[in-house]
Amino acid sequence: MASVEVKNLVKNYAEIKAVRGISFDIEKSEIFGLIGPNGAGKTTTLRILSTLLTITNGSVKIMGYDLKEKPDKIREIISYLPEDAGAYKNLTGRDYLKFIANFFDKKNSNELLLEGVKIANLGDRIDDKVESYSKGMKRRLLVGRALMNNPRLAILDEPTSGLDVNNAQEIRKIIKNTTKDGTTILLSSHNMLEVEFLCDRIALINKGLIVEEGRPNNLMKKYNAKNIEEVFTKVVK
Amino acid sequence: MSDLGNIIKKELRELMTPATFLPIIIMAIVFGSMGNTIGGIEEELQEPPTIALINSDNGTYSNIAINVFTNTSNITFYSEDYSDKIEAINVLKEKEGHALIIINKNFSENIKNGKNGEFEIYWIMKGAGILDSISSSVVETVISSINTEITKNLISQENATVNTTTALNPTIRNETTFFKEKELNGISPGEIAGVLSQQSTFIPIIMMIIIIMAGQIVISSMALEKENKTLETLLTLPVKRTSIVAGKIIAAAIVGLILAVIYMIGMGSYLMSFQFQSMAGGAATFDLSLSATDLMITGVVVFVSLVAALAFCMLLGTMAKNFKSAQTLTFPVAVLVLIPMFITMFKDFDTLPLALKAVLFGIPFSHPMMAPRALLFNDYLFVLGGIIYVSIFALIMIALVVYVFKTDRIVTGTTSSFWKKIIKK
Repeated sequence: MASVEVKNLVKNYAEIKAVRGISFDIEKSEIFGLIGPNGAGKTTTLRILSTLLTITNGSVKIMGYDLKEKPDKIREIISYLPEDAGAYKNLTGRDYLKFIANFFDKKNSNELLLEGVKIANLGDRIDDKVESYSKGMKRRLLVGRALMNNPRLAILDEPTSGLDVNNAQEIRKIIKNTTKDGTTILLSSHNMLEVEFLCDRIALINKGLIVEEGRPNNLMKKYNAKNIEEVFTKVVK
Repeated sequence: MSDLGNIIKKELRELMTPATFLPIIIMAIVFGSMGNTIGGIEEELQEPPTIALINSDNGTYSNIAINVFTNTSNITFYSEDYSDKIEAINVLKEKEGHALIIINKNFSENIKNGKNGEFEIYWIMKGAGILDSISSSVVETVISSINTEITKNLISQENATVNTTTALNPTIRNETTFFKEKELNGISPGEIAGVLSQQSTFIPIIMMIIIIMAGQIVISSMALEKENKTLETLLTLPVKRTSIVAGKIIAAAIVGLILAVIYMIGMGSYLMSFQFQSMAGGAATFDLSLSATDLMITGVVVFVSLVAALAFCMLLGTMAKNFKSAQTLTFPVAVLVLIPMFITMFKDFDTLPLALKAVLFGIPFSHPMMAPRALLFNDYLFVLGGIIYVSIFALIMIALVVYVFKTDRIVTGTTSSFWKKIIKK
């Protein structure tokens, strides 16, 4: 059974058709990338899978749970990292992780907290207020938050967006390592190099439709392209 | 198009939004309504007062008084028998008159002997707003005219030995005011309104400050959650949306309760000072202070109104896309607080036209402004009705917030397609 099954997913905002009937599956421990330009429907798809938005049509199953019927159950096994997400500025990094950990495992929240602190790797700064963090530090804290509970599905929207090379590389390594513990990852990105490095499989999305899907190497061979960026340009043409 | 024209066109497009004009339009409507009310007051000032008259004297000076009353007032009841007092008061109440004036026995004799002639006045007071005591001041003007006429008569008499003090102030008044089932001896409506005007000015202002302040906190906090995308994270955690809403409302209500306690400490101390001595008689003491129970009831009204205000603000906050848009969203709250503030400052609920009464009662934030005065005059039914209404309003608001938290709107901040279609039609 696939970890994620998306069938003919449609999402309309009034008259705007954001997602026009997409289908894809993600296997356990797989890193699946949704690649596409702005407004293609990536974030909408991720928000639907995160239980934030309702489905206009189609179906989504996560670990066998139907999204429409069991959103509360799905929230127990997923973790969502929005693009440009923030944390509560008046809390310290540690207090923020503690606040989130309390929702998952009240008895062992301290273990989750330690895991979050380890992933965030902020040293002594973990006890400083979030408002004093740089963008990179904040993102590391949020990645720590998203992965500390070892979710069965982590949904990451532009996980390295706006970060410098060093911070971005570190976060990519963390994401890659997470799958070793059985976590499935669905991410979106503009960064084609990141996609090539991270993703086992990708789906190219344009104007609300998936226009191509496969392993990055296979797609490059198929379109005789040097990189995914070239693949994307050729597919969209 | 020139560079200047191009810039002006762009600026106008950005500035000419509903958010720019709506506040001014609503304020214009509020001030327009206030202008009409003030226009109505001018008319009221020009109308002759409706009075009842009992003349127990039948002397020279009482005749002067009767002449002035006849020329300046609408006399709805006249008698020369003092025992008709109760009947006169009943007729006056029935015909919505202003005062029963009794010219006491020996009125003329006393003035002739250099003493003061006595008017016994029973005022029917309808409201204690700043503008409600106008009708009694019209009667005061008539009595002042009578004094002038008597003074003229006294000093124009040949070979008269005039007591100058009596000549300048020939009459005294023994006053009783009927106001909201209370009979207040030795005090005029003007004096009551004077004391209560401090209450009717400060309480609405304090309430306005608390509601706008607390409302802004809630709307801004919702807007910041959205702007920082902390709300998106919160909504994907394994926690029921009803718990999120309840948590936010309970936290806001606790803040509201703290604000209410601070408010009550200040107001309690302020209202305790309402026990005052009659300026006219010097003997009677009037208890116009709230009891401990009344203060507790006022606290309940303030608390439920704050919860209603916070739930309403949270609903508005769900529409905010960012901190900037939150500032615009506080405007409806400000309008809903300013309207009752102005109305309760100037007029009593009982003296308002029916439509305005309905508007005032319908605005949940009016009730903490009206409750202290209603309690002062034992109108518990009105206050209880207010508490029930505001509680229902608060529950509806909370239910709406929970509903919105379960829809896309909480994330997108957009209107549903259903409402868009309705608006388009």
